Amino acid sequence: MDTNLVLVLLLAPFLGFLFNVFLGKKAGKSIVGIVGTLSVAISFAVTLYLFVSTSQEPVVINLFDWISIQRFDVSFGFLIDQLSIIWLLFVTGIGSLIHLYSISYMHDDEKMHSFFAYLNLFIFFMITLVIGSNLLMMFIGWEGVGLCSYLLIGFWYKNQAFNDAAKKAFIMNRIGDLGFLIGIFIVGSLFNTLDFTTLKTTITSATDINDFWIAAAALALFIGATGKSAQIPLYTWLPDAMAGPTPVSALIHAATMVTAGIFMLTRLNFLFDMAPSVQNVIAIVGACTALVAATIALVQNDIKKVLAYSTVSQLGLMFLALGLGAYEVAVFHVITHAFFKACLFLGSGSVIHGLHGEQDMRKMGGLKKAMPITFWTMLIASLAISGIFPLAGFWSKDEILMTAFHKNPTLWVIGSIASIMTAFYMFRLIYLTFFNSFRGTEEQKHHLHESPSLITVPLIILAILSFFGGVISLPGHSWLNHYLSPLFSKATHEAHSLGSTEYMLMAIATIGALIGIGIAYKKYLKDNTIPSEDAEITGLSKILYNKYYVDEVYDAIFVKPINVLASFFRDTVETTLSAMVFGLGKVTNEISIQGKKAHNGSVGFYLFAFVIGVIVILTYLFLQQFFT
Amino acid sequence: MENILDQIGIENYIFLSVILFCIGVFGVLYRRNAIVVFMSIEIMLNAVNLLFAAFSTYHQDAQGQIFVFFSMAVAAAEVAVGLAILVSIFRNMHTIDVGNLKNLKG
Repeated sequence: MDTNLVLVLLLAPFLGFLFNVFLGKKAGKSIVGIVGTLSVAISFAVTLYLFVSTSQEPVVINLFDWISIQRFDVSFGFLIDQLSIIWLLFVTGIGSLIHLYSISYMHDDEKMHSFFAYLNLFIFFMITLVIGSNLLMMFIGWEGVGLCSYLLIGFWYKNQAFNDAAKKAFIMNRIGDLGFLIGIFIVGSLFNTLDFTTLKTTITSATDINDFWIAAAALALFIGATGKSAQIPLYTWLPDAMAGPTPVSALIHAATMVTAGIFMLTRLNFLFDMAPSVQNVIAIVGACTALVAATIALVQNDIKKVLAYSTVSQLGLMFLALGLGAYEVAVFHVITHAFFKACLFLGSGSVIHGLHGEQDMRKMGGLKKAMPITFWTMLIASLAISGIFPLAGFWSKDEILMTAFHKNPTLWVIGSIASIMTAFYMFRLIYLTFFNSFRGTEEQKHHLHESPSLITVPLIILAILSFFGGVISLPGHSWLNHYLSPLFSKATHEAHSLGSTEYMLMAIATIGALIGIGIAYKKYLKDNTIPSEDAEITGLSKILYNKYYVDEVYDAIFVKPINVLASFFRDTVETTLSAMVFGLGKVTNEISIQGKKAHNGSVGFYLFAFVIGVIVILTYLFLQQFFT
Repeated sequence: MENILDQIGIENYIFLSVILFCIGVFGVLYRRNAIVVFMSIEIMLNAVNLLFAAFSTYHQDAQGQIFVFFSMAVAAAEVAVGLAILVSIFRNMHTIDVGNLKNLKG
């Protein structure tokens, strides 16, 4: 029963992928859209059923033994527990909405069938990642979503810059994947198993654990997570990944794939609990990423770039929570973030769609009248991400900051500053896009229109979720904490009782958010400031606008030396080697040209040569007797 | 039976055999008529046969003489095939001068 359900859950998107890839072109655009969306919706329905029917006990399904070497076994199996169900819910749920949205958004694209094929394949791999019962299964999904991310970022492959962005994303992810792989190797050699349930019992019950190797494994796995979830130092691919179509940015680079790192850390919480030093590193990296990305987002002018850096920043906050051991808080923020960030991205997609591909906020403005639904949904999502009471983002962000305040006040300060900046840049985006007068061309102005209902309906649903999403984990009555409690080995996170400190923190966070919004209001609505042209940006904002020149630094430190090394190998080493190989060929050729002359066709000469040869051999054998 | 080697020493057989062999070799190298070349080859073979027979007696061992039979049978077959080839060549080229047979070129 369970096996069949899980197979349906997993294979529905895969069948959708097969259909779209092989028959999609023939079937026509409307069928492609319906099949693509339906296959994900089936998965969502199965997930809902699992969510309603599952007991507290995790369900383990082993399809077959995959690798079996002496005492080391890896099964091809699935693990359905609270964590995977939570993840499945929003992966398939938001996935369905975004598929629905894409039907309209991608309708004019000639390769719509391959777009849906890739999206379906992505969902398939994401489900594999989430329900894999061991690290290797997770790794399959992990690599698969990376592949789909690459395919979708470079979807418009005729633009070389987009191709470069896709390659960058893939390579950055590979660096992280290497860390993940090393982590898997260390875990495998330490415990002789990769299975999550076995690992959990082994680690929690073991007494003689080698601290150093546990920490090494945790650190390697965390490096894997920094690649996939865009943390310092591997975050630079995510903003470039915005080259892909906007539904892709919403689905893969905001709501689901980038949360894979958080999923992995939460899945292995028992392992990370054993390595407090690594947890510190995670918290610090998370906080720094949140701050750095937020500062960059302050001055970006590309509407999707702002959202991309905002995503990096929010992921940083989640890692901060993970580092502090508050896994369920991180999961809470993952969920609410999936709601409002997907909504924001889809909203920006709606704007871009309405302006026929314009992404520069300096050329927008005044869209409030023309696109009311997009405006209101994006406004709600922006309020949510800024942390305004009582929207979803308020509760989740507040939980993270509260945890930080209790455990490490410095990180709380960093997180709070990042949150204030979040409020500022989000409302900068809102004001620049929707208020004042339109700054684009007359022709664009003429064509301004609200997007069709296939686009607005997902927006409305996501906006509602962004508004009310917080109810799943209200302080004091956290349904989510209760639901997830079987996962965690110890009660790491006692639900915050609502004391005066907590109210004060909430007040501080809200006031901070309001200040951020206020500054944005003053600057961009009242004074009607338009960000200056690229060439005129100076001082600090120039550094921020150029993203701290991190790409340039990476280029100088890693890319250039590797290029130099590569050209050394190409110009010197390869030339020498091929000269040797070609030389050998030339020598052989020369010898045979000379030898060919002996083959002159005269029988007399052949006989003569034959006799001479016999004499030489006999002489040799004769003489040999004397010398041995 | 009285041993024939008591009357003529083994070394004389060797000398004769070597002389015959050399005649054969030079015949092969210098004569241009293919039939004479064949005959020279036969001389070489018979030189070896003679040596076989001589040493067979010398060692009082019949193996050498048995081998001579084989050798003669093979030589007969070889001559039959060789002459057939020569006839065929003569029909096609109207000559059996080995100096003119230059078609064996790769």
